[in-house]
Amino acid sequence: MSIRVAIAQFNPKLGDLPANLGQYEERIRQGVKERADLLLFPELSLTGYFLRDTVPSVALTTKSAEIKNLKHLSRELPFVAGLVEESPDHRFFNSAIYFEAGEIRHVHRKVYLPTYGMFDEQRYFARGDRVRAFDSKFGRLTMLICEDLWHPSTIYLAALDGALAVLCPSASPLRGIVDGQIQDDNARYWEMINRAYAETYSLFLIYGNRCGFEDGVGFWGGSEIVDPFGQRLAKARYYDEEFLLTDISLESVRRKRTMSPLLRDEDIDLTINELVRIRERPAALKIVQGFKGTKVRALRKPKTKPRKL
Amino acid sequence: MVELPTNTTLLREILTGFIRNEVQKTGLTKVVVGLSGGVDSALSAMLAAEALGAKNVLAVLMPYKSSHADSLAHAETIVSMSGIESMFVDITPQIDVYFERFADADARRRGNKMARERMTILYDQSARWNGLVLGTSNKTELLLGYGTLYGDMASAINPLGDLYKTQVWALAEAIGVPEVIVKKEPSADLWVGQTDEGELGFTYREVDRLLYRMVDQRCTKPELIAAGFRERFIDDVAQRIMFSQFKRRLPVIAKVSQRTIDRDFRYSRDWGK
Repeated sequence: MSIRVAIAQFNPKLGDLPANLGQYEERIRQGVKERADLLLFPELSLTGYFLRDTVPSVALTTKSAEIKNLKHLSRELPFVAGLVEESPDHRFFNSAIYFEAGEIRHVHRKVYLPTYGMFDEQRYFARGDRVRAFDSKFGRLTMLICEDLWHPSTIYLAALDGALAVLCPSASPLRGIVDGQIQDDNARYWEMINRAYAETYSLFLIYGNRCGFEDGVGFWGGSEIVDPFGQRLAKARYYDEEFLLTDISLESVRRKRTMSPLLRDEDIDLTINELVRIRERPAALKIVQGFKGTKVRALRKPKTKPRKL
Repeated sequence: MVELPTNTTLLREILTGFIRNEVQKTGLTKVVVGLSGGVDSALSAMLAAEALGAKNVLAVLMPYKSSHADSLAHAETIVSMSGIESMFVDITPQIDVYFERFADADARRRGNKMARERMTILYDQSARWNGLVLGTSNKTELLLGYGTLYGDMASAINPLGDLYKTQVWALAEAIGVPEVIVKKEPSADLWVGQTDEGELGFTYREVDRLLYRMVDQRCTKPELIAAGFRERFIDDVAQRIMFSQFKRRLPVIAKVSQRTIDRDFRYSRDWGK
Protein backbone atom coordinates (compact mmCIF):
# COMPACT_ATOMS: atom_id res chain seq x y z
CA MET A 1 0.00 0.00 0.00
CA SER A 2 1.37 3.34 -1.02
CA ILE A 3 0.86 6.18 1.45
CA ARG A 4 1.36 9.80 0.52
CA VAL A 5 2.92 11.40 3.58
CA ALA A 6 2.97 15.16 4.06
CA ILE A 7 4.91 17.21 6.59
CA ALA A 8 3.90 20.80 7.33
CA GLN A 9 7.13 22.60 8.17
CA PHE A 10 6.07 26.07 9.23
CA ASN A 11 6.58 28.89 11.69
CA PRO A 12 3.79 29.06 14.31
CA LYS A 13 2.88 32.22 16.18
CA LEU A 14 3.91 32.01 19.81
CA GLY A 15 0.88 31.67 22.07
CA ASP A 16 -1.67 32.46 19.34
CA LEU A 17 -4.01 29.48 19.03
CA PRO A 18 -6.47 30.96 16.50
CA ALA A 19 -3.66 32.01 14.15
CA ASN A 20 -2.04 28.59 14.31
CA LEU A 21 -5.34 26.80 13.92
CA GLY A 22 -5.71 28.81 10.74
CA GLN A 23 -2.30 27.51 9.62
CA TYR A 24 -3.45 23.96 10.37
CA GLU A 25 -6.63 24.39 8.34
CA GLU A 26 -4.72 25.85 5.43
CA ARG A 27 -2.22 23.01 5.38
CA ILE A 28 -4.85 20.34 5.78
CA ARG A 29 -6.64 21.84 2.78
CA GLN A 30 -3.36 21.80 0.89
CA GLY A 31 -2.81 18.18 1.89
CA VAL A 32 -6.26 17.22 0.66
CA LYS A 33 -5.60 19.02 -2.59
CA GLU A 34 -2.27 17.22 -3.02
CA ARG A 35 -3.97 13.92 -2.19
CA ALA A 36 -1.93 13.31 0.92
CA ASP A 37 -3.00 10.35 3.09
CA LEU A 38 -1.32 11.44 6.29
CA LEU A 39 -0.05 14.80 7.53
CA LEU A 40 2.48 15.46 10.29
CA PHE A 41 2.60 18.80 12.11
CA PRO A 42 5.62 19.74 14.27
CA GLU A 43 5.81 19.66 18.06
CA LEU A 44 3.72 22.36 19.77
CA SER A 45 2.99 23.85 16.37
CA LEU A 46 -0.55 24.73 17.43
CA THR A 47 0.87 26.94 20.19
CA GLY A 48 4.52 27.83 19.56
CA TYR A 49 7.42 26.43 21.56
CA PHE A 50 8.88 28.81 24.20
CA LEU A 51 5.50 29.21 25.87
CA ARG A 52 6.70 29.53 29.45
CA ASP A 53 3.85 31.01 31.53
CA THR A 54 1.40 30.94 28.63
CA VAL A 55 1.19 27.13 28.85
CA PRO A 56 -2.11 27.12 30.82
CA SER A 57 -3.65 29.76 28.52
CA VAL A 58 -3.13 27.72 25.36
CA ALA A 59 -3.85 24.29 26.85
CA LEU A 60 -6.67 22.24 25.33
CA THR A 61 -8.76 19.51 26.90
CA THR A 62 -10.29 16.76 24.82
CA LYS A 63 -13.56 18.68 25.12
CA SER A 64 -12.20 21.98 23.78
CA ALA A 65 -13.86 23.51 20.74
CA GLU A 66 -10.47 23.52 19.00
CA ILE A 67 -10.16 19.76 19.45
CA LYS A 68 -13.64 19.27 18.02
CA ASN A 69 -12.58 21.36 15.08
CA LEU A 70 -9.43 19.26 14.60
CA LYS A 71 -11.47 16.06 14.79
CA HIS A 72 -13.71 17.39 12.12
CA LEU A 73 -10.78 18.30 9.90
CA SER A 74 -9.40 14.76 10.19
CA ARG A 75 -12.39 13.37 8.31
CA GLU A 76 -10.68 14.50 5.16
CA LEU A 77 -7.09 13.80 6.09
CA PRO A 78 -5.62 12.00 9.11
CA PHE A 79 -2.94 14.05 10.86
CA VAL A 80 -0.72 14.42 13.90
CA ALA A 81 -1.14 17.67 15.84
CA GLY A 82 1.37 19.10 18.33
CA LEU A 83 -0.25 20.96 21.22
CA VAL A 84 -0.56 21.51 24.96
CA GLU A 85 -2.98 18.99 26.44
CA GLU A 86 -4.59 19.55 29.81
CA SER A 87 -5.65 16.48 31.74
CA PRO A 88 -8.83 16.44 33.89
CA ASP A 89 -6.61 16.83 36.98
CA HIS A 90 -5.04 19.96 35.41
CA ARG A 91 -1.65 18.73 34.45
CA PHE A 92 -0.26 20.13 31.21
CA PHE A 93 1.37 17.83 28.70
CA ASN A 94 3.42 18.46 25.61
CA SER A 95 1.34 16.10 23.48
CA ALA A 96 1.05 14.73 19.98
CA ILE A 97 -2.45 13.67 19.02
CA TYR A 98 -3.26 11.44 16.10
CA PHE A 99 -6.60 12.33 14.53
CA GLU A 100 -8.25 10.00 12.02
CA ALA A 101 -11.75 9.81 10.59
CA GLY A 102 -13.14 12.45 12.92
CA GLU A 103 -11.74 10.84 16.08
CA ILE A 104 -8.73 10.95 18.37
CA ARG A 105 -7.03 7.61 17.80
CA HIS A 106 -3.99 8.09 19.99
CA VAL A 107 -2.39 10.59 22.36
CA HIS A 108 1.30 10.55 23.12
CA ARG A 109 2.46 12.71 26.00
CA LYS A 110 6.11 13.66 25.71
CA VAL A 111 8.07 11.59 28.19
CA TYR A 112 11.49 13.19 28.06
CA LEU A 113 11.12 16.89 28.76
CA PRO A 114 14.49 18.55 28.25
CA THR A 115 15.39 20.78 31.19
CA TYR A 116 18.98 21.78 30.64
CA GLY A 117 20.89 24.34 28.62
CA MET A 118 18.34 26.39 26.71
CA PHE A 119 15.43 24.11 27.66
CA ASP A 120 12.96 24.46 30.52
CA GLU A 121 10.19 22.01 29.66
CA GLN A 122 9.94 20.21 32.97
CA ARG A 123 9.21 23.51 34.66
CA TYR A 124 6.03 23.90 32.64
CA PHE A 125 4.95 20.41 31.59
CA ALA A 126 4.05 17.16 33.28
CA ARG A 127 5.89 14.12 32.07
CA GLY A 128 4.17 11.43 30.02
CA ASP A 129 4.39 7.93 31.45
CA ARG A 130 4.03 5.61 28.50
CA VAL A 131 5.38 4.73 25.08
CA ARG A 132 2.99 2.86 22.85
CA ALA A 133 2.43 1.86 19.27
CA PHE A 134 -1.16 2.20 18.05
CA ASP A 135 -3.28 0.99 15.16
CA SER A 136 -4.20 3.32 12.35
CA LYS A 137 -5.80 2.77 8.97
CA PHE A 138 -2.25 2.48 7.60
CA GLY A 139 -1.04 -0.11 10.07
CA ARG A 140 0.71 0.18 13.40
CA LEU A 141 2.41 3.50 14.09
CA THR A 142 4.01 5.30 16.99
CA MET A 143 4.50 8.93 17.93
CA LEU A 144 7.61 10.10 19.75
CA ILE A 145 8.13 13.80 20.37
CA CYS A 146 11.54 15.35 19.71
CA GLU A 147 13.69 14.66 22.82
CA ASP A 148 11.87 11.33 23.30
CA LEU A 149 13.82 10.10 20.33
CA TRP A 150 17.12 11.06 21.92
CA HIS A 151 16.44 8.25 24.36
CA PRO A 152 16.96 5.00 22.48
CA SER A 153 14.66 3.17 24.90
CA THR A 154 11.58 4.89 23.46
CA ILE A 155 12.05 3.75 19.91
CA TYR A 156 13.18 0.33 21.11
CA LEU A 157 9.87 -0.06 22.96
CA ALA A 158 7.83 1.32 20.07
CA ALA A 159 9.48 -1.03 17.59
CA LEU A 160 8.87 -4.03 19.82
CA ASP A 161 5.29 -2.86 20.22
CA GLY A 162 4.90 -3.29 16.51
CA ALA A 163 5.40 0.16 15.03
CA LEU A 164 6.10 0.17 11.30
CA ALA A 165 6.69 3.90 11.25
CA VAL A 166 7.67 6.55 13.77
CA LEU A 167 5.99 9.92 13.49
CA CYS A 168 8.22 12.40 15.23
CA PRO A 169 6.91 15.94 15.70
CA SER A 170 9.83 18.16 16.64
CA ALA A 171 10.67 21.74 17.63
CA SER A 172 14.41 21.46 17.40
CA PRO A 173 16.47 24.63 17.79
CA LEU A 174 19.48 25.22 15.59
CA ARG A 175 22.77 25.42 17.45
CA GLY A 176 26.44 24.72 16.90
CA ILE A 177 28.23 26.07 13.86
CA VAL A 178 30.75 23.71 12.33
CA ASP A 179 33.04 24.48 9.43
CA GLY A 180 32.28 22.68 6.20
CA GLN A 181 28.71 21.73 7.14
CA ILE A 182 25.69 23.02 5.26
CA GLN A 183 23.54 22.68 8.38
CA ASP A 184 24.10 23.39 12.08
CA ASP A 185 25.45 20.70 14.33
CA ASN A 186 22.15 19.83 15.93
CA ALA A 187 20.63 19.19 12.50
CA ARG A 188 23.58 16.94 11.68
CA TYR A 189 23.01 14.92 14.84
CA TRP A 190 19.30 14.49 14.14
CA GLU A 191 19.96 13.33 10.61
CA MET A 192 22.42 10.78 11.89
CA ILE A 193 20.04 9.29 14.46
CA ASN A 194 17.03 9.37 12.14
CA ARG A 195 18.92 7.31 9.64
CA ALA A 196 20.44 5.00 12.23
CA TYR A 197 17.10 4.37 13.93
CA ALA A 198 15.21 3.75 10.71
CA GLU A 199 17.78 1.25 9.59
CA THR A 200 18.36 -0.37 12.99
CA TYR A 201 14.68 -0.88 13.73
CA SER A 202 13.64 -1.47 10.12
CA LEU A 203 10.90 1.11 10.07
CA PHE A 204 10.01 4.47 8.56
CA LEU A 205 11.20 7.52 10.38
CA ILE A 206 8.95 10.49 9.59
CA TYR A 207 10.47 13.55 11.19
CA GLY A 208 8.62 16.88 11.15
CA ASN A 209 10.47 19.90 12.45
CA ARG A 210 9.37 23.51 12.57
CA CYS A 211 11.19 26.64 11.37
CA GLY A 212 11.21 30.32 12.32
CA PHE A 213 12.61 32.15 15.34
CA GLU A 214 11.38 32.69 18.88
CA ASP A 215 13.35 35.18 20.95
CA GLY A 216 16.35 34.76 18.69
CA VAL A 217 16.29 30.97 18.80
CA GLY A 218 15.90 29.53 15.30
CA PHE A 219 14.40 26.15 14.48
CA TRP A 220 16.25 24.34 11.73
CA GLY A 221 13.43 22.80 9.70
CA GLY A 222 14.97 20.05 7.56
CA SER A 223 12.02 17.66 8.02
CA GLU A 224 12.64 14.29 6.44
CA ILE A 225 11.42 10.82 5.72
CA VAL A 226 13.84 7.92 5.99
CA ASP A 227 12.93 4.41 4.91
CA PRO A 228 13.84 1.13 6.68
CA PHE A 229 16.95 0.79 4.51
CA GLY A 230 18.23 4.12 5.78
CA GLN A 231 17.48 5.87 2.50
CA ARG A 232 16.23 9.42 2.75
CA LEU A 233 13.11 9.57 0.59
CA ALA A 234 12.37 13.25 1.10
CA LYS A 235 14.02 16.23 2.68
CA ALA A 236 12.63 19.69 3.38
CA ARG A 237 14.85 22.75 3.19
CA TYR A 238 16.67 23.99 6.25
CA TYR A 239 15.55 27.11 8.19
CA ASP A 240 12.47 27.89 6.10
CA GLU A 241 8.91 26.80 5.45
CA GLU A 242 8.01 23.87 3.23
CA PHE A 243 5.16 21.50 2.64
CA LEU A 244 6.96 18.21 2.12
CA LEU A 245 5.21 15.42 0.24
CA THR A 246 6.34 11.92 -0.61
CA ASP A 247 4.93 8.48 -1.31
CA ILE A 248 6.05 5.64 0.91
CA SER A 249 5.27 1.96 0.81
CA LEU A 250 5.10 0.03 4.06
CA GLU A 251 5.95 -3.07 2.03
CA SER A 252 9.57 -2.06 2.33
CA VAL A 253 9.35 -2.73 6.07
CA ARG A 254 8.53 -6.32 5.21
CA ARG A 255 11.38 -6.55 2.71
CA LYS A 256 13.87 -5.07 5.14
CA ARG A 257 12.73 -7.28 8.02
CA THR A 258 12.90 -10.32 5.79
CA MET A 259 16.48 -9.50 4.95
CA SER A 260 17.52 -8.55 8.49
CA PRO A 261 15.15 -10.01 11.08
CA LEU A 262 16.77 -8.15 13.96
CA LEU A 263 13.53 -7.35 15.74
CA ARG A 264 12.40 -10.97 15.48
CA ASP A 265 15.61 -12.02 17.19
CA GLU A 266 15.36 -9.46 19.95
CA ASP A 267 15.41 -11.15 23.36
CA ILE A 268 12.90 -9.18 25.41
CA ASP A 269 13.29 -11.33 28.51
CA LEU A 270 17.00 -10.80 28.53
CA THR A 271 16.47 -7.06 28.27
CA ILE A 272 13.92 -7.03 31.08
CA ASN A 273 16.09 -9.18 33.34
CA GLU A 274 19.12 -7.02 32.79
CA LEU A 275 17.16 -3.83 33.29
CA VAL A 276 15.77 -5.14 36.56
CA ARG A 277 19.28 -6.05 37.67
CA ILE A 278 20.65 -2.65 36.65
CA ARG A 279 17.80 -0.84 38.38
CA GLU A 280 18.69 -2.61 41.61
CA ARG A 281 22.31 -1.48 41.44
CA PRO A 282 22.80 1.71 43.42
CA ALA A 283 25.70 2.86 41.22
CA ALA A 284 23.51 2.85 38.15
CA LEU A 285 20.70 4.59 39.98
CA LYS A 286 22.78 7.65 40.61
CA ILE A 287 22.72 8.58 36.97
CA VAL A 288 18.93 8.37 36.66
CA GLN A 289 17.77 11.91 37.20
CA GLY A 290 15.22 12.58 39.86
CA PHE A 291 15.14 9.20 41.59
CA LYS A 292 16.88 8.42 44.84
CA GLY A 293 18.11 4.86 45.02
CA THR A 294 16.21 3.88 48.13
CA LYS A 295 12.96 5.40 46.88
CA VAL A 296 13.15 3.55 43.61
CA ARG A 297 13.66 0.26 45.36
CA ALA A 298 10.66 0.86 47.61
CA LEU A 299 8.36 2.14 44.91
CA ARG A 300 9.38 0.17 41.94
CA LYS A 301 9.98 -3.33 43.22
CA PRO A 302 8.72 -5.71 40.55
CA LYS A 303 5.66 -7.69 41.59
CA THR A 304 7.03 -10.93 40.21
CA LYS A 305 10.56 -12.14 40.34
CA PRO A 306 12.37 -12.03 37.03
CA ARG A 307 12.33 -15.31 35.23
CA LYS A 308 15.49 -17.36 35.65
CA LEU A 309 17.36 -17.62 32.40
CA MET B 1 40.28 20.73 20.57
CA VAL B 2 38.20 22.23 17.80
CA GLU B 3 39.05 25.83 16.94
CA LEU B 4 36.42 28.55 16.70
CA PRO B 5 34.37 27.76 13.58
CA THR B 6 33.69 30.42 10.97
CA ASN B 7 31.17 28.79 8.66
CA THR B 8 30.26 32.05 6.97
CA THR B 9 27.79 30.56 4.47
CA LEU B 10 25.72 29.07 7.27
CA LEU B 11 26.06 32.08 9.57
CA ARG B 12 24.92 34.37 6.80
CA GLU B 13 21.84 32.25 6.11
CA ILE B 14 20.92 32.00 9.79
CA LEU B 15 21.48 35.65 10.65
CA THR B 16 19.60 37.09 7.68
CA GLY B 17 16.75 34.70 8.51
CA PHE B 18 16.89 35.90 12.11
CA ILE B 19 16.66 39.57 11.14
CA ARG B 20 13.85 39.00 8.65
CA ASN B 21 11.82 36.84 11.01
CA GLU B 22 12.28 38.85 14.19
CA VAL B 23 11.53 42.15 12.44
CA GLN B 24 8.50 40.92 10.53
CA LYS B 25 6.85 39.35 13.54
CA THR B 26 6.72 42.75 15.24
CA GLY B 27 4.67 43.99 12.30
CA LEU B 28 7.49 46.25 11.11
CA THR B 29 9.68 46.00 8.02
CA LYS B 30 12.59 48.28 8.86
CA VAL B 31 15.60 48.67 11.13
CA VAL B 32 17.73 51.57 12.35
CA VAL B 33 21.41 51.06 13.02
CA GLY B 34 24.17 53.30 14.30
CA LEU B 35 26.97 53.11 11.77
CA SER B 36 30.35 53.94 13.30
CA GLY B 37 32.66 52.97 10.49
CA GLY B 38 33.80 49.90 12.40
CA VAL B 39 33.43 46.30 11.32
CA ASP B 40 30.62 45.32 13.71
CA SER B 41 28.09 47.94 12.67
CA ALA B 42 29.13 47.57 9.02
CA LEU B 43 28.37 43.85 9.21
CA SER B 44 25.07 44.35 11.07
CA ALA B 45 23.92 46.91 8.52
CA MET B 46 24.89 44.77 5.55
CA LEU B 47 23.21 41.68 6.98
CA ALA B 48 20.06 43.76 7.50
CA ALA B 49 20.23 45.09 3.95
CA GLU B 50 20.45 41.54 2.67
CA ALA B 51 17.60 40.39 4.90
CA LEU B 52 15.18 43.29 4.48
CA GLY B 53 16.29 45.15 1.38
CA ALA B 54 18.63 48.15 1.46
CA LYS B 55 15.78 50.66 1.51
CA ASN B 56 14.53 49.21 4.77
CA VAL B 57 17.76 49.95 6.62
CA LEU B 58 18.47 53.38 8.04
CA ALA B 59 22.08 53.99 9.07
CA VAL B 60 22.61 56.87 11.45
CA LEU B 61 26.10 58.36 11.42
CA MET B 62 26.78 60.11 14.72
CA PRO B 63 30.33 61.41 14.97
CA TYR B 64 31.77 63.56 17.74
CA LYS B 65 34.32 66.23 16.95
CA SER B 66 37.20 64.01 18.14
CA SER B 67 36.06 60.97 16.13
CA HIS B 68 38.69 59.74 13.71
CA ALA B 69 38.17 61.09 10.19
CA ASP B 70 38.44 57.53 8.84
CA SER B 71 35.43 56.45 10.92
CA LEU B 72 33.03 58.72 9.09
CA ALA B 73 34.62 57.97 5.73
CA HIS B 74 34.28 54.23 6.31
CA ALA B 75 30.66 54.58 7.41
CA GLU B 76 29.95 56.54 4.23
CA THR B 77 31.61 53.80 2.18
CA ILE B 78 29.21 51.25 3.66
CA VAL B 79 26.22 53.49 2.93
CA SER B 80 27.18 54.06 -0.69
CA MET B 81 28.17 50.50 -1.48
CA SER B 82 25.11 48.90 0.12
CA GLY B 83 22.53 51.49 -0.94
CA ILE B 84 21.03 51.75 2.53
CA GLU B 85 19.32 54.91 3.75
CA SER B 86 21.41 57.20 5.94
CA MET B 87 21.33 60.31 8.03
CA PHE B 88 23.95 62.36 9.81
CA VAL B 89 23.71 63.67 13.36
CA ASP B 90 26.74 65.43 14.83
CA ILE B 91 26.58 64.75 18.58
CA THR B 92 29.25 67.34 19.45
CA PRO B 93 26.91 70.16 20.59
CA GLN B 94 24.84 68.04 22.96
CA ILE B 95 27.92 66.38 24.45
CA ASP B 96 29.85 69.61 24.86
CA VAL B 97 27.03 71.55 26.43
CA TYR B 98 26.66 68.86 29.08
CA PHE B 99 30.35 68.59 29.91
CA GLU B 100 30.70 72.35 30.18
CA ARG B 101 29.09 71.78 33.58
CA PHE B 102 31.31 68.78 34.38
CA ALA B 103 34.62 69.82 32.92
CA ASP B 104 36.57 67.40 35.13
CA ALA B 105 34.89 64.31 33.61
CA ASP B 106 37.43 61.72 32.50
CA ALA B 107 37.57 59.98 29.14
CA ARG B 108 35.51 57.02 30.35
CA ARG B 109 32.62 59.20 31.49
CA ARG B 110 32.73 61.19 28.30
CA GLY B 111 32.87 58.02 26.20
CA ASN B 112 29.93 56.45 28.01
CA LYS B 113 27.92 59.66 27.65
CA MET B 114 28.56 59.66 23.91
CA ALA B 115 27.47 56.04 23.60
CA ARG B 116 24.25 56.78 25.50
CA GLU B 117 23.62 59.96 23.54
CA ARG B 118 23.82 57.91 20.34
CA MET B 119 21.39 55.40 21.84
CA THR B 120 18.77 58.09 22.50
CA ILE B 121 19.13 59.31 18.93
CA LEU B 122 18.73 55.79 17.54
CA TYR B 123 15.59 55.18 19.61
CA ASP B 124 14.14 58.49 18.54
CA GLN B 125 14.84 57.69 14.90
CA SER B 126 13.36 54.26 15.52
CA ALA B 127 10.07 55.95 16.47
CA ARG B 128 10.28 58.43 13.61
CA TRP B 129 11.13 55.85 10.99
CA ASN B 130 9.16 52.92 12.35
CA GLY B 131 12.13 50.61 12.50
CA LEU B 132 13.64 48.40 15.19
CA VAL B 133 17.02 49.36 16.59
CA LEU B 134 19.52 46.84 15.30
CA GLY B 135 22.30 45.86 17.71
CA THR B 136 25.97 45.61 16.87
CA SER B 137 27.55 44.20 20.05
CA ASN B 138 29.46 40.98 19.51
CA LYS B 139 29.84 38.08 21.93
CA THR B 140 33.42 38.95 22.85
CA GLU B 141 32.56 42.43 24.07
CA LEU B 142 29.32 41.29 25.69
CA LEU B 143 31.19 38.65 27.69
CA LEU B 144 34.01 40.98 28.67
CA GLY B 145 31.57 43.76 29.52
CA TYR B 146 33.42 45.95 27.05
CA GLY B 147 30.50 48.16 26.11
CA THR B 148 28.32 50.88 27.57
CA LEU B 149 25.22 49.71 29.40
CA TYR B 150 22.16 51.39 27.83
CA GLY B 151 24.54 52.82 25.27
CA ASP B 152 25.92 50.74 22.43
CA MET B 153 24.65 47.63 24.26
CA ALA B 154 21.04 48.74 23.82
CA SER B 155 19.05 47.38 20.88
CA ALA B 156 15.84 45.58 19.98
CA ILE B 157 17.46 42.72 18.12
CA ASN B 158 21.11 41.86 17.75
CA PRO B 159 22.36 39.54 15.02
CA LEU B 160 25.97 39.60 16.25
CA GLY B 161 25.54 38.87 19.96
CA ASP B 162 26.50 35.21 19.63
CA LEU B 163 29.47 35.80 17.31
CA TYR B 164 32.98 36.27 18.62
CA LYS B 165 35.01 39.09 17.09
CA THR B 166 37.02 36.53 15.11
CA GLN B 167 33.77 35.30 13.58
CA VAL B 168 32.62 38.86 12.91
CA TRP B 169 35.79 39.46 10.90
CA ALA B 170 35.33 36.28 8.89
CA LEU B 171 31.68 36.95 8.17
CA ALA B 172 32.33 40.61 7.33
CA GLU B 173 34.92 39.56 4.82
CA ALA B 174 32.61 36.98 3.29
CA ILE B 175 29.70 39.39 2.97
CA GLY B 176 31.87 42.01 1.31
CA VAL B 177 32.67 44.59 3.98
CA PRO B 178 35.66 46.43 2.47
CA GLU B 179 39.03 45.12 3.56
CA VAL B 180 40.12 48.46 4.96
CA ILE B 181 37.29 48.22 7.50
CA VAL B 182 37.78 44.55 8.32
CA LYS B 183 41.53 44.85 8.74
CA LYS B 184 41.75 48.10 10.70
CA GLU B 185 42.51 48.09 14.38
CA PRO B 186 39.26 47.85 16.39
CA SER B 187 38.41 50.99 18.32
CA ALA B 188 35.41 52.39 20.13
CA ASP B 189 36.81 55.75 18.93
CA LEU B 190 35.59 57.42 22.09
CA TRP B 191 38.83 59.35 22.54
CA VAL B 192 41.84 60.03 20.38
CA GLY B 193 44.16 57.07 20.03
CA GLN B 194 41.87 54.60 21.81
CA THR B 195 42.10 51.01 20.61
CA ASP B 196 40.13 48.08 22.02
CA GLU B 197 43.08 45.76 22.24
CA GLY B 198 45.29 48.43 23.81
CA GLU B 199 42.69 49.09 26.46
CA LEU B 200 41.89 45.45 27.13
CA GLY B 201 45.52 44.35 27.26
CA PHE B 202 45.15 41.39 24.91
CA THR B 203 44.16 40.78 21.32
CA TYR B 204 40.69 39.70 20.23
CA ARG B 205 42.08 36.63 18.52
CA GLU B 206 43.80 35.54 21.75
CA VAL B 207 40.80 36.13 23.96
CA ASP B 208 38.38 34.56 21.49
CA ARG B 209 40.37 31.32 21.56
CA LEU B 210 40.12 31.39 25.35
CA LEU B 211 36.46 32.43 25.54
CA TYR B 212 35.43 29.77 23.05
CA ARG B 213 36.97 27.11 25.26
CA MET B 214 35.79 28.62 28.53
CA VAL B 215 32.23 29.52 27.58
CA ASP B 216 31.19 27.37 24.64
CA GLN B 217 33.13 24.24 25.47
CA ARG B 218 33.04 24.62 29.26
CA CYS B 219 36.69 23.72 29.74
CA THR B 220 37.97 23.78 33.32
CA LYS B 221 40.91 25.92 34.38
CA PRO B 222 43.39 23.00 34.43
CA GLU B 223 42.26 22.11 30.91
CA LEU B 224 42.81 25.70 29.78
CA ILE B 225 46.28 25.77 31.32
CA ALA B 226 47.07 22.46 29.65
CA ALA B 227 45.93 24.02 26.36
CA GLY B 228 48.64 26.65 26.81
CA PHE B 229 46.80 29.65 28.27
CA ARG B 230 48.57 31.64 30.98
CA GLU B 231 46.90 31.44 34.37
CA ARG B 232 46.84 35.22 34.83
CA PHE B 233 45.15 35.65 31.48
CA ILE B 234 42.52 33.06 32.36
CA ASP B 235 41.84 34.69 35.74
CA ASP B 236 41.65 38.15 34.25
CA VAL B 237 39.12 37.10 31.63
CA ALA B 238 37.08 35.02 34.11
CA GLN B 239 36.88 38.01 36.42
CA ARG B 240 35.84 40.37 33.64
CA ILE B 241 32.98 38.01 32.76
CA MET B 242 31.83 37.79 36.36
CA PHE B 243 32.12 41.50 37.14
CA SER B 244 30.17 42.49 34.01
CA GLN B 245 27.30 40.05 34.56
CA PHE B 246 25.06 42.98 35.59
CA LYS B 247 25.37 44.41 32.11
CA ARG B 248 23.81 41.31 30.62
CA ARG B 249 20.75 41.31 32.88
CA LEU B 250 17.68 43.43 33.49
CA PRO B 251 17.80 45.75 36.53
CA VAL B 252 17.34 43.92 39.82
CA ILE B 253 13.75 44.03 41.05
CA ALA B 254 12.90 43.68 44.73
CA LYS B 255 10.48 40.80 45.03
CA VAL B 256 7.41 41.43 47.17
CA SER B 257 4.53 39.83 45.27
CA GLN B 258 3.69 36.26 44.26
CA ARG B 259 4.60 36.97 40.67
CA THR B 260 7.57 39.16 39.98
CA ILE B 261 8.59 40.16 36.49
CA ASP B 262 11.16 37.78 35.03
CA ARG B 263 11.34 35.66 38.19
CA ASP B 264 7.97 33.97 38.33
CA PHE B 265 6.27 36.03 35.65
CA ARG B 266 7.97 34.40 32.71
CA TYR B 267 7.05 35.05 29.13
CA SER B 268 9.07 35.05 25.97
CA ARG B 269 9.69 38.38 24.40
CA ASP B 270 8.01 37.13 21.23
CA TRP B 271 4.84 36.35 23.21
CA GLY B 272 1.86 36.54 20.82
CA LYS B 273 4.10 37.02 17.78
